[in-house]
Amino acid sequence: MSSPDAGEPQPAPQLEPQPLPLHRALGLTDEELGRIVEILAREPNQLELALYGVMWSEHCSYKSSRRHLRRLPTTGDRVLVGPGENAGVIDAGDGIAVAIRIESHNHPSAIEPHQGAATGVGGILRDVFTMGARPLAVMDPLFFGPPDDARQRWLVEGVVAGISSYGNSVGVPTVGGELTFDPCYAGNPLVNVLCLGALPVDRLVLARATGAGNLAVLLGATTGRDGIGGVSVLASAGFSGGDDAKRPNVQVGDPFEEKRLIEACLALLDAGLVVGIQDLGGAGLACGTSELAARGGVGLDVDVLAVPRREPGMAPWEVMTSESQERMLAIVVPEAWPAVDALCRRWDVRASVIGTVTDDGSGVLPEATGHGDVGGSSSGRLRIFDGDAVVGDVPARSLADGAPVYDRPLREPADLASKRADDPTASEERGDCGVELRTMLLDPSWVYRQYDHQLFLNTVAGPGGDAALLRLAGPGLPPSDRGVAVTTDSAPRWCAIDPRAGVALVLAEAVANLACVGASPVAVVNCLNFGNPEHPEVMWQLSETVDGLAAACRAFGIPVIGGNVSLYNESTGSDILPTPVLGVLGLVERLRHRPPPVAVAEGASVVLLGCRRGPGDLPRPLGGSRWAVECRGRRHGELPPLDYGAHERVTGFVGSLVAEAVGGGAGAADGVAGQDLLDGVHDVSGGGLAVALAEMAVTGDIGVRVEGIDGHQELFTELPSRLLATTRYPDELCARAKEAGVPAEVIGVGGGDRFVVEELVDLPMHQLARSWVRSLADRLEPV
Amino acid sequence: MSARVGVVVFPGTNCEHDTVSAFERAGATATLVWHTEERLGGLDAVVLPGGFAHGDYLRPGAIARFSPVMDAVARFAAAGGPVLGICNGFQVLTESGLLPGALVKNRGLRFLCAPSRVRVTSVSSVLTCGLAPGTELGIPVNHFSGSYFCDDRTLAELRDANRVVLRYVENPNGSIDDIAGITNAEGNVVGLMPHPERASDVLLGSADGLPLLRALVAAAADVHAA
Repeated sequence: MSSPDAGEPQPAPQLEPQPLPLHRALGLTDEELGRIVEILAREPNQLELALYGVMWSEHCSYKSSRRHLRRLPTTGDRVLVGPGENAGVIDAGDGIAVAIRIESHNHPSAIEPHQGAATGVGGILRDVFTMGARPLAVMDPLFFGPPDDARQRWLVEGVVAGISSYGNSVGVPTVGGELTFDPCYAGNPLVNVLCLGALPVDRLVLARATGAGNLAVLLGATTGRDGIGGVSVLASAGFSGGDDAKRPNVQVGDPFEEKRLIEACLALLDAGLVVGIQDLGGAGLACGTSELAARGGVGLDVDVLAVPRREPGMAPWEVMTSESQERMLAIVVPEAWPAVDALCRRWDVRASVIGTVTDDGSGVLPEATGHGDVGGSSSGRLRIFDGDAVVGDVPARSLADGAPVYDRPLREPADLASKRADDPTASEERGDCGVELRTMLLDPSWVYRQYDHQLFLNTVAGPGGDAALLRLAGPGLPPSDRGVAVTTDSAPRWCAIDPRAGVALVLAEAVANLACVGASPVAVVNCLNFGNPEHPEVMWQLSETVDGLAAACRAFGIPVIGGNVSLYNESTGSDILPTPVLGVLGLVERLRHRPPPVAVAEGASVVLLGCRRGPGDLPRPLGGSRWAVECRGRRHGELPPLDYGAHERVTGFVGSLVAEAVGGGAGAADGVAGQDLLDGVHDVSGGGLAVALAEMAVTGDIGVRVEGIDGHQELFTELPSRLLATTRYPDELCARAKEAGVPAEVIGVGGGDRFVVEELVDLPMHQLARSWVRSLADRLEPV
Repeated sequence: MSARVGVVVFPGTNCEHDTVSAFERAGATATLVWHTEERLGGLDAVVLPGGFAHGDYLRPGAIARFSPVMDAVARFAAAGGPVLGICNGFQVLTESGLLPGALVKNRGLRFLCAPSRVRVTSVSSVLTCGLAPGTELGIPVNHFSGSYFCDDRTLAELRDANRVVLRYVENPNGSIDDIAGITNAEGNVVGLMPHPERASDVLLGSADGLPLLRALVAAAADVHAA
């Protein structure tokens, strides 16, 4: 994995000699070292320092974000497992639980896009099957710089190929995602990955070690020097040029090993052979052992000599911090070991006893209150052996939960007021709306055609639509008629203007996307991608985002059941735009028919549902719109307002209509049956009405004529809480909307071979379709 | 009693459950067969499903052909039993020499998961028997190495003996002669790259694969009765 121009292969990171003091080379500050000395009541040795270095990294400890994340609402009727475990879990009904998790693999992907993205997929799958769930779907929100230069194209190609090769081979469909280009990601692309799995409720397992004398069993791949320092050197620092030297910190994935590991682990859990299980990802055995012990309130003795190695001469600290992929750590009662061994042999999965649970610490643990009590002698100890010799001995909880919690300074940007005043709504004149619309079209199929999105025969609505809609079914699950929907959403251009209001609009969009497939939202997971937390403006963005998300979640009544924070997304001192990515899970009570497509139908009326103007008849704002940012280079201004009540009314109305359609219900007693009322549905979001209408026309392969749109401002505004429906029964639809208190207006009709918005756009469909289809391919595969 | 279809599972196979459920929809009793089995024990048809057998290491199907079950599959085929290879299963069949030619990387060198349309071009096989020649079916593809290739002589043989059972209406991967599926000379061993099990329910977008699966189940039932 050494960089091709480096000449000599990169040596493994050496502990000595170092130009820096060792603790700083491992990413620890002088104060943090002082705290470690306090916990241990002595100087740590090199191994112990390496353990703290990875476990107290930003990536593992959330030390900058933790105090903010506490403000998110995390409880709800359906929540079985909230944040803090490997994945959040909700009760989906019919004896089925759904586990969901989102993560970032940004920095590894920036250095080595193929393996970085591939191991991101591998890691998230392990997080999900650790809970006892079979991974059923993956989604990938991706952010790059504009693909007009070779390096960005290399990144896009590599990341997509990495997700494709790993995800397809390991046998989990990739059912959606997002693709965003913005110059702020040129030096630091974002590769987020969400995984959803399902399990019979009674198979739910938690990652904790219990029972003195139980065995710690390492499952899966051998341990090598790959990925050492991934969480600290790589994930918890920004980029500043010359970063190819970090390539050895990127792990290398093997989807075939992972596939066998999934099958073996699910079989072990089905057979009730393990009492606790934890995946080994970031920070490797250091993380797995200390978290299992800390959560279970026990100690653990681990012998590094018992760990099967990929290469000779590895020091104990390397074994403990290696991020070699496709490994799990299971806790097994000694009597079960022969059965575990036999089952693993069937799947050709390596299984080695590498340790023992020691004291069970029952009743004598101090309650965790943050600082200070993690080094207590009654807490379980993690002891590392190299054969007979003890080479490390630390309180497990001090690694897992003992990192300092920082209250980093935060500051509103000084130019906030002047930026908000610099609004494009009034000052930007109308241009050629047709030309501008064509530049905004983007067909993501170049990406998702490379992903298997159909495996398991669950994908009712796949990538490219508003939300993915899946049958809630899988091997080993009780039978169910239900469906599960999932969407990932983000809008950094909104969040850059106002992180608090921006993230609320993102959640609103996700709720609208779910409504388009008939699903009610039940849980949120978030991946908070931000710049350098040592920049007070970045901490302000993070804090504002948490508050905005918390308020929006409360307003919609959706708990946050998991998340991930990725900081230090910066290159050469420049932070990315604040990029919270939300994954929102929805449920459909009964799934028997396909939802209406994102399409116009011949002769069908186009109905705009929701308010055409903001509350109080505000001018239609263009601040933060794709039109302002992409067509006019205007990134500042005011965001459109969000009225939660109006949003819930329109999404609830559309959601229930679509639910009726997919459920095959009879519909209103004397009206049109649910599945006949809607021919198409789509939410209005990025690019406004113009892009939403164009997407429906192109997908339906039919022209459309729309009238009464009040200038380019109404055409391109991203005012929330609006959806488009196409129907052959406009009177019926409008009447039902009125009953539900939702404004509805027929604005056009499908048919012909031109895309017409009267007085604004008039394009032949073949031209519009070509702009759509070639949008990505032309940029990624320049002749 | 309905026909008994065995679905072979190699380590790395991933379409086995989908294939079982689709064949049950098509009226069969389907069971999983682990790759180390040396006997097929009373099956009426064998299906090698899609996935990445043995991780596709070396090349797709190259290691799977050495799994113990493949000797049993070869004996079953030689005795006239219906054998179907879907996608990775087709690759395994060509690697084992049960079908001629090879599956090479797609034109464009990218993985492709997409809808495709195929036309039934021969009904002299256990998969297409009973369908009307020229029938068009919407069945998705999902592969990286799905471009069928063979030498000129083999191609002539396939054409002359009416052994090309399915052709793409619009060639998605560069397959020679638009070939999507072929059969052996006896018509009892068939391989195809599209996934009929993914087109077994209108809820998922297409049920066009069911007639093919039903044809195989019918052929298996004949074996069962015999």
